[in-house]
Amino acid sequence: MKADQPSTINQQPRYLKLSGLEPLIITPESNFINVGERTNVAGSKKFLRLIKEGNFEEALSVAREQVENGAQIIDVNMDDGLIDGKEAMVKFLNLVVAEPDISRVPIMIDSSKWEIIEAGLQVVQGKCVVNSISLKEGEAEFIHHAKRIKRYGAAVIVMAFDEVGQADNYERRIEIAKRSYDILVNQVKFAPEDIIFDLNIFPVATGMDEHRRNAIDFIEATRWVRENLPHVSVSGGVSNVSFSFRGNDPVREAMHSVFLYHAIKAGMNIGIVNPALLEVYDNIPKDLLERVEDVMLDRRDDATERLLDFAETVKGTSKESKIDLSWREEPLQDRITRALVKGIDEFILEDIEEARISVSKPIEVIEGHLMMGMNVVGDLFGSGKMFLPQVVKSARVMKKAVAYLLPYIKPPLPPEGGSFQLDEKKSDKRTYNWKTADPMLYGLMKDFAKKMRSVPTDAERILWNLLRGKNLEGYKFRRQHIIGSYIADFICLKKNLIIEIDGLIHQLPEHKLKDGERTEWLEKKGYKVIRFTNEEVFKNTDKVLETIFKRLKELSSESNPQNSPSGGRGAGVILMATVKGDVHDIGKNIVGVVLACNNYEIIDLGVMVPPEKIIATAKEENVDAIGLSGLITPSLDEMVFLAKEMQRQNFKVPLLIGGATTSKAHTAVKIDPEYECAVVHINDASRAVTVVGDLLKKETSVSYKENLKREYEVFRNDFLKRQTVKTYVSIEEARKNKFQIDWNSAVIKKPKQLGVQVLKDFDLNILKDYIDWTPFFRSWELHGKFPNILKDKIVGTQASELFADAQKMLDKIISEKLLEARAVFGIFEANSVNDDDIIIQNLEFRIQNYFLRTLRQQSQKATGKPNLALADFIAPKKIGIQDYIGCFCVSTGFGTAELASKYEKEHDDYNSIMVKALADRLAEAFAEYLHKKVRTEYWGYASEENLTNEDLISEKYKGIRPAPGYPACPDHLEKLTIWDVLKVKENIGVELTESLAMWPAASVSGYYFANPEARYFGLGKIKEDQVEDFAKRKNMNLEEATNWLKTNLAD
Amino acid sequence: MNNIQQALQNRILILDGAMGTMLQRYKFSEEDFRGERFKDFHKSVQGNNDLLSITQPQAIAEIHSKYFAAGADIVETNTFSSTTIAMADYDMQDLVYELNFESAKIAKKVAEDFTSKEPHKPRFVAGAIGPTNKTASMSPDVNDPGFRAITFEELRVAYKQQSEALIDGGVDILLVETIFDTLNAKAALFAIDEIKEERNLDIPIMISGTITDASGRTLSGQTAEAFLISISHIPLMSVGFNCALGAKQLTPHLEVIANRTNLAVSAYPNAGLPNAFGEYDESPSQMASQVKEYLDKQLVNIIGGCCGTTPEHIKAIAEIASQYKPRPILQSENLAV
Repeated sequence: MKADQPSTINQQPRYLKLSGLEPLIITPESNFINVGERTNVAGSKKFLRLIKEGNFEEALSVAREQVENGAQIIDVNMDDGLIDGKEAMVKFLNLVVAEPDISRVPIMIDSSKWEIIEAGLQVVQGKCVVNSISLKEGEAEFIHHAKRIKRYGAAVIVMAFDEVGQADNYERRIEIAKRSYDILVNQVKFAPEDIIFDLNIFPVATGMDEHRRNAIDFIEATRWVRENLPHVSVSGGVSNVSFSFRGNDPVREAMHSVFLYHAIKAGMNIGIVNPALLEVYDNIPKDLLERVEDVMLDRRDDATERLLDFAETVKGTSKESKIDLSWREEPLQDRITRALVKGIDEFILEDIEEARISVSKPIEVIEGHLMMGMNVVGDLFGSGKMFLPQVVKSARVMKKAVAYLLPYIKPPLPPEGGSFQLDEKKSDKRTYNWKTADPMLYGLMKDFAKKMRSVPTDAERILWNLLRGKNLEGYKFRRQHIIGSYIADFICLKKNLIIEIDGLIHQLPEHKLKDGERTEWLEKKGYKVIRFTNEEVFKNTDKVLETIFKRLKELSSESNPQNSPSGGRGAGVILMATVKGDVHDIGKNIVGVVLACNNYEIIDLGVMVPPEKIIATAKEENVDAIGLSGLITPSLDEMVFLAKEMQRQNFKVPLLIGGATTSKAHTAVKIDPEYECAVVHINDASRAVTVVGDLLKKETSVSYKENLKREYEVFRNDFLKRQTVKTYVSIEEARKNKFQIDWNSAVIKKPKQLGVQVLKDFDLNILKDYIDWTPFFRSWELHGKFPNILKDKIVGTQASELFADAQKMLDKIISEKLLEARAVFGIFEANSVNDDDIIIQNLEFRIQNYFLRTLRQQSQKATGKPNLALADFIAPKKIGIQDYIGCFCVSTGFGTAELASKYEKEHDDYNSIMVKALADRLAEAFAEYLHKKVRTEYWGYASEENLTNEDLISEKYKGIRPAPGYPACPDHLEKLTIWDVLKVKENIGVELTESLAMWPAASVSGYYFANPEARYFGLGKIKEDQVEDFAKRKNMNLEEATNWLKTNLAD
Repeated sequence: MNNIQQALQNRILILDGAMGTMLQRYKFSEEDFRGERFKDFHKSVQGNNDLLSITQPQAIAEIHSKYFAAGADIVETNTFSSTTIAMADYDMQDLVYELNFESAKIAKKVAEDFTSKEPHKPRFVAGAIGPTNKTASMSPDVNDPGFRAITFEELRVAYKQQSEALIDGGVDILLVETIFDTLNAKAALFAIDEIKEERNLDIPIMISGTITDASGRTLSGQTAEAFLISISHIPLMSVGFNCALGAKQLTPHLEVIANRTNLAVSAYPNAGLPNAFGEYDESPSQMASQVKEYLDKQLVNIIGGCCGTTPEHIKAIAEIASQYKPRPILQSENLAV
């Protein structure tokens, strides 16, 4: 360095500076730097096993735990004969780097192989530590490696090792350290502060004389190095020192503490220490301390014997593990964040109360503590580190917390945003919080606004009566509208004019000040505010109206929507609805919750929403997007209808399509062409956030919508082009190629019990074992087969947690009888007639028979393959053999709606969705169970059957139970016949909507076919000739028939 | 001590403004981008701004001149995307050497013209080395966080090729800029350090990171200080930030590094934050008044503009900067141990 630096320059001192995502600067004042040692295959059996098994997910949790436990650097070592160390190092580090809660700390890349070290250095952006290099293989290699390390920008640990061997006494340690230092600093020009010496910690009290000075020599050498080699650090692996006392933790802990106490004093500033194996120096019992120090400092000839003797007396009192509630000791914010991230609501009210007391205004708890936590949740979900069920759980904790706070925030003053954004210096951070984290607040403020709406003050009521329904010259006003963290009394969104009525309370000086702040904030956001007192409204109503009117007219015509104030409506208002005739809403609810977590206000119109209501609400609430959901096929047409209607009424907002039967193909081909603005198909909640974000964000909106339009057009064209031209045969030909069963040799079992039977209040306990869990996980967007999913690398932990919660809920439902299971089923004499119909004999009167109209495959089949219809599985009337068919409807949905809405009221979307998802599973389980009963008992054609639940799930049973609306019989109309035959509504109360969806939603209906040749198949597309024929058979007009079968009609 | 180090000790150096914003004014069509030479090229090349150094060199030279005339001491070559990695989008990997070499030559020629006219104010050319369009420490696939679309080695090779061509073309400085993933920048520094050793050359290096949001982190998640630590192993002329934020939003992050380094500090923010139409609309005088805060606080040694800035912005900034003394610094040679 030049000596004549200008005095104005504040020379930066030479400290060891490392970095992960965050800096780590080691100064003389720094405490001892603890390096995490658990992610080292040589040091941790568990970690080695995880890496060998390829269980990197859990291996990551080892790293995370270390950082959570305070490791400031993590050492990663993959040196094991049975591992490809380079590959494992790169893979593990790539994963570590993707976890901000781990990669915030610097990484120590630990290997005896240079190629592994170099591979590690190439994947980490921060400044790492290389562990280690030495003169063992000579100067040339040492220099070469040091140069590369310097070029990669890492610090380095230099082992006290040379061509002769490892330094094991004081002189050798300082000799090698000095030589290494000189080469590095003078030849390689390595920054001396980036050098860390590992001076070899060896065991003491081994019983061998030459080991007596192992500790004291290390300590003294450390002192020499720190005094004579400027700027370097000294580190070492501490547990070595107590090696001879393995199995006696109390003594080992004491030895570590004593060793560190002295080594740190001598200048050791970094080390690998297992914090669990460390006693506080001051807590070491006097007699033990004395004996340990004797050994460490080599103070007596019999030190080792004395310690060994003493060790016998302290054996086996090592620390017990207990249930880990230690996080409860952490600072308040950490506890709240943890509760939100982990979705733990057990302590949240306690913590929120503590937070509330600590702040001057309760709203600060929402803005500060809770938002900070939700930011973390948002980041984690956004980066794919949290899964859907966790986010829904977080939302539950958040909602509970805010619900608890609202009474404190309630009148006299509406929630306030404080003075943020007024203080420019602070504004950055605060704005950021709001931008990303407003999430849940909107939903909750909405509840609050609703409540306020129902209890207006007299003045508000008077003014509202004058403003509502566009009474004031056609200007539309809304009341109790949420803007940022304020609730405006009245607002005309078209003009962004806010009317505030100040009650008495506003006139106290302190409130005046706050009102002022409020106005200032609102005006900054582009709103205009007029304030009136109660008095003015009561006594001078006309004047008030005139002022408002005048102001409205002054404000320039129609404000440009691009310039409309931000922050007023969160990120946007999304209307969500399950379309007319459809009752399924699990997916829609999940999407709603997730969007709400991301700052969108959700207007959820529920299920079976008629199009007029969707259109009207969309206009009324001036929504930013409309989301339609549906599960059954007729819903697809409803969606097309809505798109047309939106086009006709000149809507400009994006249309989102989701639900089990929807697809990108259907959306692109059928819906998109009907609506000029953006239409997008979204089938999972995590994608919904990005898509809606891109749609509504001003910066991206226009181009994104254009791209969408283009994308769907390309997709549509490709799709239409790609469709291989399928050839179809006429219905007559198809019938000629029907499936042939040799009825003369077929065994037809006469059912043990004919006629209709009803089961009510059926024991849910029995159904539990028949649940097929895989679809349950799918409904939570966790994909994988049960039970393997519980051990899945990526979603396993989450799936297990979800499964445990489901079990808990299921037990509650069963023990408290919260849901009721009902079933109606019947087995009847039946035969096929006219190829495709099945005639069911009416047992009671033998007068009126029922006809099931089945549909037949019409695609051209390969030779020998039949064109199937369900009727083929029933013996034809004309051959004179009596056959049978069964029908059923089961439901476990009674009580679902009540239970779900109870949870919703408790701000618990997680359990609300859980209840619905479980009810669906129980209904399927009931159908499975009942089918088994029918096979083995009621009908009894398979009485010796012995199948496990897995066998049932994979449909290994004899006979089938197809359901109308599903592939073999996609025609929903046949449900009407089943309802007739079984008197379903009268018997068990399950109803059909206008689209023929069952209500309650958790219901299953279908037929039973017993013939062993019967199998599930997909109808595929059919031609107009069959539709005409079908219409005739059903005695309905062609148009109606075409409507119902539209989705199955070949183009 | 070379020319530029001397200049840095004496005054605040002015970097140019946006190239892209200026090119937009020309409204070049696909044909213009192609020129005669690429008229039959199999792919659309419109939007490949770096290609204009070959097909519309006079426009590039004109823009450099405007910035020099506005008061810039340093202009950046038109090579932000001139790596094999970024050029793969246009199937123009093979042109990388030529793009960099020609761009450097165009800028150098303009700089020399100005220097000869105004010898008291020598002009410099910084070879712009962009971040490429791939990240070495982030996965583009959220479902596979361990995946990487590019390796350190691939980046090193690409950066080396670009840097060598820029040096051959005559640049005075190498500027590794708009760093959103520090690992990419480390690969660039690795490559440059190799070249310096191989050619026994001491070319000054400027480093400019990008803080992507108000939380004060790079896209790859590092804080400003962690970023600084991660790139300080190679001798640098300056370190600083550009892009993503306006001058005002950049201030706290500049303070972080200005207080923690002996190097020169550079800043070339955008013309404010994008408005509703995605345009940068901070006026020259607005931006200059924000920049004044840097100067009052002695935060910078090199200042210019990024997205949305024009010669008018640079003129306004240069005028105000001329009234201030530079932030005191050590020369970079002194920092190399």
